[in-house]
Amino acid sequence: MNGAFDEIRGFPGDTAGRPEFAPLTHWLETMPRAELERRQQAAEAMFRQLGITFAVYGDAEADERIIPFDIVPRILTAREWTRLSAGLEQRVFAINAFLDDIYGARRILADKVIPEELALCNPQFRPEVAGAHPPHNIWAHICGIDLVRTGPDDFWVLEDNARTPSGVSYMLEDREAMIRLCPELFQMFRVMPVDSYTDLLHQTMQRAAPVSAGGNPVCVILTPGHYNSAYYEHSFLADTIGVELVEPADLEVDDDRVWMRTITGRVKVDVIYRRIDDDFLDPLFFRPDSLLGVPGLMAAYRAGHVSIINAPGTGVADDKAIYSYMPEIVRYYSGSDPILPNVETWRCREPDALQYTLDNLEKLVVKLVDGSGGYGMLVGPTSSNAEIEKFRAILLAEPHRYIAQPTLALSTVPTLVEQGVAPRHVDFRPYVLTQPDGVKLVPGGLTRVALKEGSLVVNSSQGGGTKDSFILADEGAVSC
Amino acid sequence: MLSRTASCLYWLGRYVERAEFTARLVEATLRLDALSTRPSGEQAWMSALTVLGVDADYLATGGAITQESVTHFLTLDTSHPGSVVSCLDRARDNAKAVRTALSREAWSSINRAWLLFQGRAAPGDTQDTLELVQQAENETRGFDGAVGRMLHNPSSWFLKLGESVERADSTARLLDVKYHLLLPEGETVGGVVDRDQWQTILHTVSAVNAYRWLYRDGLQAASVIELLVLRREMPRSLAASCEEIVAMLGELGQLTGTQGEADRLARRRLAALREARVSSIIGGGLHEYLTAFLHDNAALDHAIARQFRFF
Amino acid sequence: MRLSIDHRTRYSFSQPQARVVQLLRMTPQDDGAQSVINWSIDVDCDARLSKGRDGYGNITTMLYVDGPVDHVEIMVRGEVATDAYAGLVSGTLETLPPVLFLRQTALTRADAAIQDFANSVCGAVSSPHRRAETLNVALFERLGLRAGRSPKTRTAAEAFTQGGASTRDAAQVMIAAARAAGLPARFVSGHCLDGPNAGNHKTAHCWVEVFVEGTGWIGFDPSMGRHPGETYVRVAIGLDASDSTPLSGTRMGGGIEELDVAVHVEAGQDQ
Repeated sequence: MNGAFDEIRGFPGDTAGRPEFAPLTHWLETMPRAELERRQQAAEAMFRQLGITFAVYGDAEADERIIPFDIVPRILTAREWTRLSAGLEQRVFAINAFLDDIYGARRILADKVIPEELALCNPQFRPEVAGAHPPHNIWAHICGIDLVRTGPDDFWVLEDNARTPSGVSYMLEDREAMIRLCPELFQMFRVMPVDSYTDLLHQTMQRAAPVSAGGNPVCVILTPGHYNSAYYEHSFLADTIGVELVEPADLEVDDDRVWMRTITGRVKVDVIYRRIDDDFLDPLFFRPDSLLGVPGLMAAYRAGHVSIINAPGTGVADDKAIYSYMPEIVRYYSGSDPILPNVETWRCREPDALQYTLDNLEKLVVKLVDGSGGYGMLVGPTSSNAEIEKFRAILLAEPHRYIAQPTLALSTVPTLVEQGVAPRHVDFRPYVLTQPDGVKLVPGGLTRVALKEGSLVVNSSQGGGTKDSFILADEGAVSC
Repeated sequence: MLSRTASCLYWLGRYVERAEFTARLVEATLRLDALSTRPSGEQAWMSALTVLGVDADYLATGGAITQESVTHFLTLDTSHPGSVVSCLDRARDNAKAVRTALSREAWSSINRAWLLFQGRAAPGDTQDTLELVQQAENETRGFDGAVGRMLHNPSSWFLKLGESVERADSTARLLDVKYHLLLPEGETVGGVVDRDQWQTILHTVSAVNAYRWLYRDGLQAASVIELLVLRREMPRSLAASCEEIVAMLGELGQLTGTQGEADRLARRRLAALREARVSSIIGGGLHEYLTAFLHDNAALDHAIARQFRFF
Repeated sequence: MRLSIDHRTRYSFSQPQARVVQLLRMTPQDDGAQSVINWSIDVDCDARLSKGRDGYGNITTMLYVDGPVDHVEIMVRGEVATDAYAGLVSGTLETLPPVLFLRQTALTRADAAIQDFANSVCGAVSSPHRRAETLNVALFERLGLRAGRSPKTRTAAEAFTQGGASTRDAAQVMIAAARAAGLPARFVSGHCLDGPNAGNHKTAHCWVEVFVEGTGWIGFDPSMGRHPGETYVRVAIGLDASDSTPLSGTRMGGGIEELDVAVHVEAGQDQ
């Protein structure tokens, strides 16, 4: 998009750019293109070796694809990060308070901050978990908050991911690749390390354990299996942390306790970091038609004998219809104004908002309230008339399933593409962990980049790539 | 270790070994037929099918007993569960499910072997087929080597256990087929055709040179049997496979602190092999001996699955 | 009235099962119209039973059976003292607000036919209470009730079009129509002395509760065209039949299962 803020070079025509990042600009200008490409290919070869692959839904041949990696990092200064992390901490605190309230006393509904029907008739509100009491009242132990930026100080929350946010393995592997292939950048900038994430995750799992588990709780990661698109990440995390990676069939519930089947007999499990949707956790409570899942798991959970990360039912906090109320939710639970603003959102379930959306489809982004992965959405400005009209019909059929947002002039970061180094739009997903004594953050996150010129869709399934995200310990380069 | 992980590793070992054995058998049969000055044709291919226990399955497909058709069935036919490509498919599937339990080298060799067969429609002429099976053997041998270089941990023990159980099975079948293989009319025991057949068996298990070193007096049926059944020095012999099984079960028993039916079966069989003499094996009937061995092997496989809770 | 209930369920498996895990919602609770005198759940094999509560406040019992088993028989027996009442529910544990029960589910989605029916029946009636009453009677007259268990799980829309409704179908159609008319409605499973299945003993009973602002939850039995009363024992509630089902289970093992249910409800002597 013309006129977008570039995070390294500043606004177009702004000759001063961002002097604090001048060494990176210099590095990009003096590095032969062939060398940049060589390093980028070496990184991708490394990912292929490691098997960092993902599957595109509906694409049988995509078994072994890797997400494109871009060699040019995006950089945030210490000051920027300080503000972001305060905002993230505030928002995730509110998300957990909201979940504990909505499945418990429901004060926020009684106080009419959000419409009762919107929360309770939302398919993501799970009556099955009402009245459950996860230890320390933490529901969403791991949140991925998607941020976008439109100017030097303008960060917006685009989406909250409070179910099973993925992509953290890219944050870690991208950094690994950068340290190996571009060590000079780490002399230019004081980059804060991200590798403590896995320890922090392990600690988060251990500290989420039921009190009855004792001092050394058994933690596992639950994956749907090796056909899942994010299987690499599941095995990477299990391997790095040193816990078992289990599939539903490895677990059984007996006497309201969860056990895993091992070669020496069964072992009691205290904490499950599940990477499976609620629907497939327990066929007895959720989807009776599902053959997947662990029968009885919800009984063990409700009895307090096992902790589930994230707790079942957290989807109600990241539903896009609820998202539009997040500023009110943050204010309600934290008592102060949100540090990170929401993107303006029209709820198509409301007649006025629907009318506005229909009148302005060519300018708006329209999304499914419960969609993800960039599917089922319309990006007005980059769609043809035919696409817009087709979407209009879909929207009119089920308006309550959609929200609309303005098309933001997302920031760009220089990116190595076929034509050379060119600006491409990015977003940013930091991973926010919650422990009994508060929110924990690793200075970093996943930067996704839309590799197609002008594209605003960063999802890997739609031609997006990733970049390393440098969070600096200070305000700029240490040397040139 | 999760039971499922153990089971995947065990079956990974079995499938890789099965793929390798099938490739070796195709190679040896090619030598006996296409590369021989006395091509044995149909009979050679029929016996290869018999060794693998898939002769009835093959005849049911209506395929002709020709080199092209049988090699396709044994190497590239994805609808045949015992083909090299099917075995590698299943090996890779198991490997993927336990990727973090494998060394990167071990995973890569499985992946490479699997890739060899992807998108390949026909084995091609004799030269192409030979190349294909030899490449497959190289990759599976590479896997074997990689497993050998893995940490001595439960993962490698289950892999080797699977390999050894499968190897014992293959070698026994290979020998047993000699029993079924009738000499063509007019041929005599110890004659050239008979010798060719024993030679093929040695080829299949890479024991031609080993045989020459150990037995100076030319090709004798009794010596081949002794080599493949009783000689511990010969890695593919029943004795060597059984020894490896006992050793791996021993390691696992130390780890889990328990021993079970599998250990008892394996040790009893090894003790019997150590006592056995080739003359008594032949005297009692080689076929009967091998049938009993295969039966014991199946019982052992079952006991292993029970002992480590594979299901 | 004192009602005694004997509810037996027997699963027979064609092959032995390695494990069986069952979720039971078969235990009634005291409320304004009923008090449980005694209640027991027994199983004819080695099993672990554990009691809990689901999100709706129902009492749940998890049943864990180790294999190999080729059959499991669950015997639920007890006595409940009931009062005569006109369907107005009181004294129940309410864990979720009535608004939740406006939610559509796959089994209770109102299609155009049910929506039209609800509109035509309720159109002229302004009082929510009267609307529910009218719907209940209209449905009772319209649905040709068929005694016994439903042959398969049908949605409300399917049952409404196809007719030949079981008690479960009738309840789910009523729920769909009530929600379409803007009334929160929920599924109730339980027992009935003089219900449509009283002589057949093959199934328990089910009905509906509709929430009327200012009044509360009111019971309706569209299979009988009346309010539940002293011949009813209320056991579990849910959004539809699937989350208030008395028994759901999973088993690990092959083969097929056969299910045999016998329900006896008898009036005992008041003491």
